[in-house]
Amino acid sequence: MTVREAFRVAMQALAANRLRSALTTLGVLIGVMSVVLLVAIGQGARSEITGAIEGLGSNLLFVLPGDGEFGQGPTRSRFVLDDVDLIERELPGAETRVAGYTVGAEALQADGARVNATVLAVTASYPRVFNRELARGQAVTESDVVTARRVAVLGATTAEELFPGQDPIGRNLTIGGIRYRVSGVLARIGGGGSPFGPDQDRNVLVPITSGQRLFGTDRLDAIFVRATSTAAVEADRSTVERALSQRLDEDEFSVISQDEIIGVVGDILQILTIVLAAIAGISLLVGGVGVSNIMLVSVSERTREIGLRKALGARTRDITTQFLLEAIVLTGIGGAIGLGLGISGALLVAQFAPVPAEITGWSIALALGVSVAVGLVFGVLPARRAGQLDPVEALRRE
Amino acid sequence: MSDGEASGPARREGRVLLEARAVTRTYRLGRDVEVPALRGVSFVVDRGDYVAIVGSSGSGKSTLLNLLGALDRPTDGAVRYDGRDVREMSDPELADLRNTRIGFVFQSFHLLPRLTARDNVILPLVYRPGSRRERRDRAEAALTAVGLADRMDHRPTELSGGQQQRVAIARAIVTDPALILADEPTGNLDSRTGEDIMALLERIQTEQDTALVVITHERQIARRAHSTIELRDGLIVGEVAA
Ligand SMILES: Nc1ncnc2c1ncn2[C@@H]1O[C@H](COP(=O)(O)OP(=O)(O)O)[C@@H](O)[C@H]1O
Ligand SMILES: [Mg+2]
Repeated sequence: MTVREAFRVAMQALAANRLRSALTTLGVLIGVMSVVLLVAIGQGARSEITGAIEGLGSNLLFVLPGDGEFGQGPTRSRFVLDDVDLIERELPGAETRVAGYTVGAEALQADGARVNATVLAVTASYPRVFNRELARGQAVTESDVVTARRVAVLGATTAEELFPGQDPIGRNLTIGGIRYRVSGVLARIGGGGSPFGPDQDRNVLVPITSGQRLFGTDRLDAIFVRATSTAAVEADRSTVERALSQRLDEDEFSVISQDEIIGVVGDILQILTIVLAAIAGISLLVGGVGVSNIMLVSVSERTREIGLRKALGARTRDITTQFLLEAIVLTGIGGAIGLGLGISGALLVAQFAPVPAEITGWSIALALGVSVAVGLVFGVLPARRAGQLDPVEALRRE
Repeated sequence: MSDGEASGPARREGRVLLEARAVTRTYRLGRDVEVPALRGVSFVVDRGDYVAIVGSSGSGKSTLLNLLGALDRPTDGAVRYDGRDVREMSDPELADLRNTRIGFVFQSFHLLPRLTARDNVILPLVYRPGSRRERRDRAEAALTAVGLADRMDHRPTELSGGQQQRVAIARAIVTDPALILADEPTGNLDSRTGEDIMALLERIQTEQDTALVVITHERQIARRAHSTIELRDGLIVGEVAA
């Protein structure tokens, strides 16, 4: 018997039991749908986060407290403003390439309006290191830093929320209850926020010195260095390390390149995605067991049919092929519909939820391949049982 | 039919379709219970022959027919088709033998309820090469030959018992077999319908020169056959040549 013929026979048999076939398919369908959907969300999160890190600029070095091992608890920073000077002294052209900041979340108030924002207390070099452009007014200057002036540069969204339809330059506001004056507004970056990165258009920049006073600290949370080229990243890293070891122990700071962070974060999220896929894969497995079960029922119900087919000249292989195809058609249809629903679900998520979703070729191929494989694996046992039935015994069965 | 030993092989050369020689079949129930259903049966079926098998229930008739139909292998002895011993044939070879040489007719029809009469008749053709068109044509010709030209698209449940058995006969002859094996083909039918079915089988036997081996309880049928084998407790107790 040709495979086409076996396929036709399999379809006939499945059509004769529509409801049961549909319900059996459902298990596989749900499994495939969850695999596709969860992988899409995992992949979406990954590219969102790595994209956000890349969006900071290129060839950045991050100087962070602690020895740089991932998975450790937060380390108290020992960086102070002098450390920025320390690095600047060692690096050529450093005044435009080294920035430091300390971060806090504060309530902002102006006239009647009140918003919460991430306050970045920064050195004057911050906008240049991170390519932040000014829309209007003035940036944080060296003299602002030296005199700890209480001036603020607002993110575009924050500016609109605090001063709707007005020119914010020169206006007063309070940050954490302390009085500040708006000196400038940053150009809009766009893209909005996500659960993985705050909306940069809501940031507020203040001079590092006045920000430290506001937060009640003399520390910096992090220092950033922009290398002049990709080739210069490693040389700059050594320079920075050498400069800081004059004052700090080896395990009190670490210098990490942007690519390393993207790599590590990307790896972590990739593992997360695979774990999600594996969990969804378990439901696919359960669906496969369902297929196996129903196929066994089907074989025992159709024992006489199998005996008859053998009497009429079906070989063992013809019978096995027929039942195997039935199982594969069941899981294949489940896989195809599940794939469609998974993709639709991912598109819906991308549309309406803050979590991005990204369809990848490998998750589609995996879902379809696995569902057919599930049919094969879980169909083999029932199909073999069918093929090996003794025709005389089978025909005698009531 | 006649006793293979007594007739001498020379006289019947070229005429022998199948030969059973000292055939036994013992069923095993569990580990050590043995049921000897056939205990040494020998005879020959010629091409175009018409043989009736009679005997009380449990005498081994169906067991014998299954062996003749290559659905089963003997415990001992030989069943030979065209000189080839069934016991030496592989499973695929047996399947092909059943498909090309033998047509079965069962007491309970054994039609697939979800298929139309036409598709039921096509069933054996599925297991041999051929186009869909060809299969359809052959199935329709077979159904026409059994008088069901106007019932091709009916399902078994929409047919009377006699019509269902006609579909089964069409399915048996659609492959142009050399041998039709019928196990009490009239057992589920009233006597008039049974007569019609037997007449149909006999007509096929004479017109197409197909050998017919039929298990029956009816005296008249046994009388019309070329020869009759009577079984008792797995042994041939009487042979009547017409
Ligand atoms: N599959 C089987 N397993 C065990 N015993 C069987 C089997 N088939 C038939 N028998 C026994 O073999 C004997 C002959 O059976 P069978 O050939 O069906 O007789 P008949 O067709 O003449 O009524 C009976 O005693 C029956 O119980
Ligand atoms: Mg019987």
